[in-house]
Amino acid sequence: MMEKTRPLPDERGHFGLYGGMFVPETLIPAVEEVRAAYDAARRDPDFQQELDAMLADYAGRPTPLTFCERLTDAIGGPKIYLKREDLCHTGAHKINNTVGQILLARRMGKMRIIAETGAGQHGVATATVCARYGMECIVYMGEEDVERQRLNMLRMQLLGAEVRPVSSGSRTLKDATNEAIRDWVTHVRDTFYIIGSVVGPHPYPMMVRDFHRVIGEESRRQLQEAEGRPAPDAAVACVGGGSNAIGLFYPFLQDPNVALYGVEAAGEGLDGRHAATLTKGSPGILHGAMSYLLQDAEGQVQLAHSISAGLDYPGVGPEHAWLRDAGRVRYVSATDEEALAGVRLLSETEGIIPALETAHAIGWMAEGVRGMARSEIVVANCSGRGDKDMGTIAKHL
Amino acid sequence: MQRLRETLAACKARGEKAMGLFMTSGFPDPESTLPVLRAMDRGGADFIELGMPFSDPLAEGLPIQRASERALRAGTRMQDTLRTAAAFRAESDTPLLLMGYANPIRQYGAAPFCCDARAAGVDGLILADVPLEEQAPFAREAAAARLGFVSLIAPNTPDERIREIDETATGFVYAVSITGLTGSGLGALERVEAYLRRARSVVRKNPLLVGFGVRNHADAARLSRHADGFIVGSALIKQVEALWDGEPKPAETRYEAIRRFVRALKTGDNAAQEETR
Repeated sequence: MMEKTRPLPDERGHFGLYGGMFVPETLIPAVEEVRAAYDAARRDPDFQQELDAMLADYAGRPTPLTFCERLTDAIGGPKIYLKREDLCHTGAHKINNTVGQILLARRMGKMRIIAETGAGQHGVATATVCARYGMECIVYMGEEDVERQRLNMLRMQLLGAEVRPVSSGSRTLKDATNEAIRDWVTHVRDTFYIIGSVVGPHPYPMMVRDFHRVIGEESRRQLQEAEGRPAPDAAVACVGGGSNAIGLFYPFLQDPNVALYGVEAAGEGLDGRHAATLTKGSPGILHGAMSYLLQDAEGQVQLAHSISAGLDYPGVGPEHAWLRDAGRVRYVSATDEEALAGVRLLSETEGIIPALETAHAIGWMAEGVRGMARSEIVVANCSGRGDKDMGTIAKHL
Repeated sequence: MQRLRETLAACKARGEKAMGLFMTSGFPDPESTLPVLRAMDRGGADFIELGMPFSDPLAEGLPIQRASERALRAGTRMQDTLRTAAAFRAESDTPLLLMGYANPIRQYGAAPFCCDARAAGVDGLILADVPLEEQAPFAREAAAARLGFVSLIAPNTPDERIREIDETATGFVYAVSITGLTGSGLGALERVEAYLRRARSVVRKNPLLVGFGVRNHADAARLSRHADGFIVGSALIKQVEALWDGEPKPAETRYEAIRRFVRALKTGDNAAQEETR
């Protein structure tokens, strides 16, 4: 169990062995500039006020904590609550982070915004805040993801963003991230890179986590109201890069009575093609940080596979790597098939069509929390809604 | 390490600018890397950087990305790179450095890697994604194996940090000419020169070499006025790519073309350079 120690990461962005800043020298002044600006902003009441106002009046916070009676009955275990990030503006939790980072970019006077995207949710959330503030927006998206998430590409374009399809390597999120980093190296002086998950060089894993902590903090208040206690017995969230999961988990990390489950994408199965980095990967360095990685014996990064573009990533946030090793969070997985079953289950029992990413958490719960007592409480993060996935879902159901 | 230091010192003593050349291991195919290195050596390379291919080379522009992908597709492994280095060392005294990214080294193990590289006759190591903040575990093992550990600076690196980098680097300080990727355009040369003059005034301990975007003798001559030499990578990779993927030519013609291209980079013998274009 984790001891109560100094807050992580340390000054150089390390969570134990993990994290850090493995970037070309050209980016060092840029990450240092972001670090200093964020450090000042987080202490500035004006920034906090501006952020809170945007989250309330624009993003739609607080999001509800919904008790799911029929889902609870269907699973036949603990009482299940869903934290409704699917009701955020743009349809997923991603906007919490892009609102925070765009305000920071404005403070820093950077008017050119770049982002990477997998499922397109982060790209849409970035294009959205760029439109809101009249800023230039370029989104890198793998060609394969452009195909399976065409609707999100159209949304980004409608919002005024330029979507640049990436044809190198995996043609998915990994290579979209490579291209975004290359763009950043090339336009380092005037560009702000809005990273979409708790990955990348320090301070991003910390900063993105902080912008998503609101998920867990609201859940505590709402559960207190609904059940008379702030902490559930377990919290569950899907993990690709891990931003929605860390957002939900963070305020519960110091409470050993809350069991935490991160659900990775097992794709076609853990012995086949998958994206279960923490379950099957090993420590390695990618996209600016040391974390867990799907890699071969030579240290070459392997292709991930998931039916969900948002989880289709061979890396994971460094704080998750640390939480895994510390034993504080249990990382489990759900296959493509289990995720599709999760879509159906939540749609039919609660009238909520979850994103395929979210559906991994739902699908896992069907078996994963069944053994818990009926008096126990689980909070699961409903990180996004499924409209964007109807094409894929239609093909499989 | 000693070999690299002596070579750079000898260039300086002769009043010459040192020419470093980059080639990806396993490119254009695993069998041809060694003869390509040989041609580069004969063309007058003062030192060679052998690139260790990586799946996610995020500081590289398209030519080196393509070369890296091609080498990996052909099955190039770290052992192949070390074998190529050893074979080159068996026939030449030209300093040889390995250049690449942190993860394959970490996976191999920094200590055994440096040890094996040293045994293969390698003189130094350059890691594009390992800045000062993260270099300790790599630099320590490099030092233990008596390998040079070359560090990079960029146009946006502040003086104080350049000083710090110069303090810890061994071998040379690699001045990245532009804020950009390998193989990018140099942009306004005046700006690059102003930066190099600044770097020159701060870097005291190590030789200063300039690279990224150096495409021909004219670029090299102009920029290395403010440095101890220059490094060419992408332009050479593109030459090799054109020679191998263009209309079939006898092997000897290709290697001769590389030798002449390299020669022209150093001497500005335009006839040779035009011919291989």
